[in-house]
Amino acid sequence: MTMTVHVDIVSAESQLFSGLAEMVFAHAELGEVGIAPRHAPFISKLRPGEVRVKVNDTESYPFFVSGGIIEVQPHTVTILADTAIRAKDIDEAAALEAKLRAEEFLANTSNKMDYASAQAELLNAIMQLRTLERHRRRGG
Amino acid sequence: MAVGKEIRTKIASIKNTQKITRAMEMVAASKMRKTQSRMLATRPYSKKIGQIIRHLAHANAEYKHPYLVERETKRIGVIVVSSDRGLCGGLNSNLFRLIVKQFKQWDEQSLEVDVCTIGNKATSFFGVLKKCTLVGQVTKLGDTPHLRDIIGVIKIMLEAYEAGKIDALYLASNGFVNTMTQEPTLEQVLPVVADELEPELKKHWDYLYEPDAKEVLDELLVRYIESIVYQGLVENNACEQAARMVAMKSASDNAGNLIKELQLVYNKARQAAITQEISEIVAGAAAV
Repeated sequence: MTMTVHVDIVSAESQLFSGLAEMVFAHAELGEVGIAPRHAPFISKLRPGEVRVKVNDTESYPFFVSGGIIEVQPHTVTILADTAIRAKDIDEAAALEAKLRAEEFLANTSNKMDYASAQAELLNAIMQLRTLERHRRRGG
Repeated sequence: MAVGKEIRTKIASIKNTQKITRAMEMVAASKMRKTQSRMLATRPYSKKIGQIIRHLAHANAEYKHPYLVERETKRIGVIVVSSDRGLCGGLNSNLFRLIVKQFKQWDEQSLEVDVCTIGNKATSFFGVLKKCTLVGQVTKLGDTPHLRDIIGVIKIMLEAYEAGKIDALYLASNGFVNTMTQEPTLEQVLPVVADELEPELKKHWDYLYEPDAKEVLDELLVRYIESIVYQGLVENNACEQAARMVAMKSASDNAGNLIKELQLVYNKARQAAITQEISEIVAGAAAV
């Protein structure tokens, strides 16, 4: 039997995943990480992007996480997300609209504060769309 | 009929009160369901973040965050979570009694206390209490509190802690056990205490931090404090509605009993008047 690690994904609103997995992929602060069982203790901030839990060779669950923290212990992985949704629940139209709105806003504004928040929003929307696209390509 | 007019008006007024309490009971029951589901939804997050923080307290980090280091205590900060409105049984007074008891102990150790309050009831109670200083308050959060509403009071306490004005932080709120029972709790938040954990965590180890320890810990710890205070708030909300429902139910029941008793008295008085009238008529007829 392959080794597994217990994975919990919680957001402020709900618990999205709890169970055993072979590997977890996430966008950490310094780049994408893949966590296998018995990984050394590790803690990092998360960037907006896809978090994928590979349960076995045929089954994997993709999520979109807007940011948060990942904590790794040898036998547990905990992802604390600010907001998280399952990839199949991503609202494509809303994400597209948010992307357009943010782009338009960036083109027209010179205010630094607004600029930063719009940029974050844009990144969020882009990553949502990318997560969805990858999920579709895998045939989800 | 003139008999028992006072009793009749009394019955009518109790009936009105009963209508109000019954309505409040039903409102509280429906709100309770909502607040409970909100409480359950945020529970996993605060539970998990608590777990991570306890792991963290065991790690032999090269960077010791001030929130994790115990120091000599001279002044204590307390965040008190209460309801905005009354009529919820002994919910708030039970909590305040627990806190005041603790205040007395601290007083004997000549520790001073700063208080931040959430909710009207705590603000008016601790605002006049001599044993402590009220340093911050927030009220009127409604039934759907947002994290951003309470960030202000948390910040006051965290800044005081970082500046060394307070040396420990406590959170006082009602814990939700079930609909019938709410448990007042007062627990230490800062500095984070490491409790007994699995033996494998006892050996010497530390996390790999990305990007670096200070940045991650700063964010994680502030988020942890926010999350437990917020959890305390939503839990207190669920407690409030549950306590109100129970209190209003017993008020309605009491009103029902009172009405029954008064009705009995009224009927007796009426019967006595009728009996008297009949006997007067009979006596009059016999005399003729």
